[in-house]
Amino acid sequence: MARLEVLKGGIQTSVQDLGRIGHRAQGVPLAGAMDRFALEAANRLVGNPPAAAGLEMLAGGLAVRFLDGAVFALCGGDLGAHIAAEPVALWSAIKVTAGSVLTFAGRQHGSRAYLAVAGGIVVPELLGSRATYLPGGWGGFEGRVLRAGDQLDLGEAGDVPSDRWLPTEYQPPYSTFPVLHCIAGPHAHLFAAETLGRFFASTYRLSPACDRMGYRLDGPTLQTSAPVSLASLGVLPGVVQVPPHGQPILLMADAQTTGGYPVIATVIGPDVALAAQLMPGDQVSFRQVSDSWAVDVARRQRLWLASIQEHDDLIGAPI
Amino acid sequence: MPGAVERPLHERWSFAALGDAGLLVMLRDAQERTAIHGLAETLREAALDGVIELVPAIDSVLICFDPLVTTSGTLRRAVTALLSSSPSTSDPARRIVEIQVAYGGTHGPDLPDVAQACGLAEEAVIALHTREPMPVLMIGFMPGFPYIGGLPSALHLPRRASPRQAVAAGSVAIANDQTGIYPSRSPGGWHIIGWTAQSLFEPDREPPALLRAGDLVRFVPIAVD
Repeated sequence: MARLEVLKGGIQTSVQDLGRIGHRAQGVPLAGAMDRFALEAANRLVGNPPAAAGLEMLAGGLAVRFLDGAVFALCGGDLGAHIAAEPVALWSAIKVTAGSVLTFAGRQHGSRAYLAVAGGIVVPELLGSRATYLPGGWGGFEGRVLRAGDQLDLGEAGDVPSDRWLPTEYQPPYSTFPVLHCIAGPHAHLFAAETLGRFFASTYRLSPACDRMGYRLDGPTLQTSAPVSLASLGVLPGVVQVPPHGQPILLMADAQTTGGYPVIATVIGPDVALAAQLMPGDQVSFRQVSDSWAVDVARRQRLWLASIQEHDDLIGAPI
Repeated sequence: MPGAVERPLHERWSFAALGDAGLLVMLRDAQERTAIHGLAETLREAALDGVIELVPAIDSVLICFDPLVTTSGTLRRAVTALLSSSPSTSDPARRIVEIQVAYGGTHGPDLPDVAQACGLAEEAVIALHTREPMPVLMIGFMPGFPYIGGLPSALHLPRRASPRQAVAAGSVAIANDQTGIYPSRSPGGWHIIGWTAQSLFEPDREPPALLRAGDLVRFVPIAVD
């Protein structure tokens, strides 16, 4: 069985796939890749099923050795990837020989990168997923972030071209100051029109209190028109809650499945990936869009991802 | 009630989008919260196209769907049709789950304060808590954590003024009109009145959570050795 050895764990590296589906009613969050587009793209580039497990790394510092020859792809943020002092291209399938060491100098653009290796990372599945649920300490690789000395098993790699790549036009528009498109509400009506206007016209900065559960945002305070006490309701990654202190919280992959704070808006699925590439100090603004606008973006991204394999058929790539 | 006129659907229920992949079906009147269980069962059985999962809560059900397969509008129409055709008096069968609890002492450090605040003897608090089965309203906050309603009003207290940094796994706690059970060690602001050895959540068990929304929990006091 092919293996990957962790030489340095980096700031926060964990095994993630596209998360746990079907267990939210039991309080089990989705977990999985914060930037779902990047992980799926990386998987498709190396011929893996879209939801195969890979590594999510935050900022820099990770170093891994391929103990066997392999095909891998790196997508998402640019964290300064190198092999033997040579920079490694992102959004491309890359073939390496046994013994190759992949290092990350540090954040250039974005904040989270995804490493997919042909065959996928093999760890036990829990509740149908290989995602690490860090708050609960289970799932993924022993329920924790990776550290020096860890060895990861890789699955059987199929025959896959090692010259796939995804053009820049098909990559998400990452930025340190993205516009996050939202559907308003469901508690928008609890805020005065002037407050809603302020939310959609303001800039918010990520505070130091940001992690895989969510981001606390600093900026203009938001208050409901009158004090409210809401019963808890189901929430999703992308939900923007307004706690009593008035600083909004953007929920991310490991967020609790229910919450009782008013929800002023919910970021659309594709834009949660843009938020995943942010770090404390970065800024965001929010823009209200319609359902159909959101579906258009989702459809477009699905076409971009599908193009990875379609391109093989069109140009007759070698197997 | 025989002969009574059913209130129009739109007066009982409302819809709201939760982003591009969620639809909330909400009860306008929280007094009718027992209807949530029936709605969740109806939606589950209907297995609507594009629906990925359902999250029942205190007075709402969140429908998680794939926006590339269905739309919020399509789901609203389908749910409206289901609500119109289902008899509102139907209350699907509920499982009764027994939870054995060691009350008080080291297992329930807040029992004396709860008793005093309610003007009752500790035995009376336990008797009220174990008198009849109470409904699980939802699972949330952390995997397997149940929000159990129906707490007798004599035991209603606000949350603790200062939450604890660490509540032991298995702690049975109350606040306002609910009982909760902490599946694992976590911060907590509810009043701990007892402890259960039963595991509320195991990720490698099928199903992983001991309880689910709609169950009835019967708390049973066990002797502390």
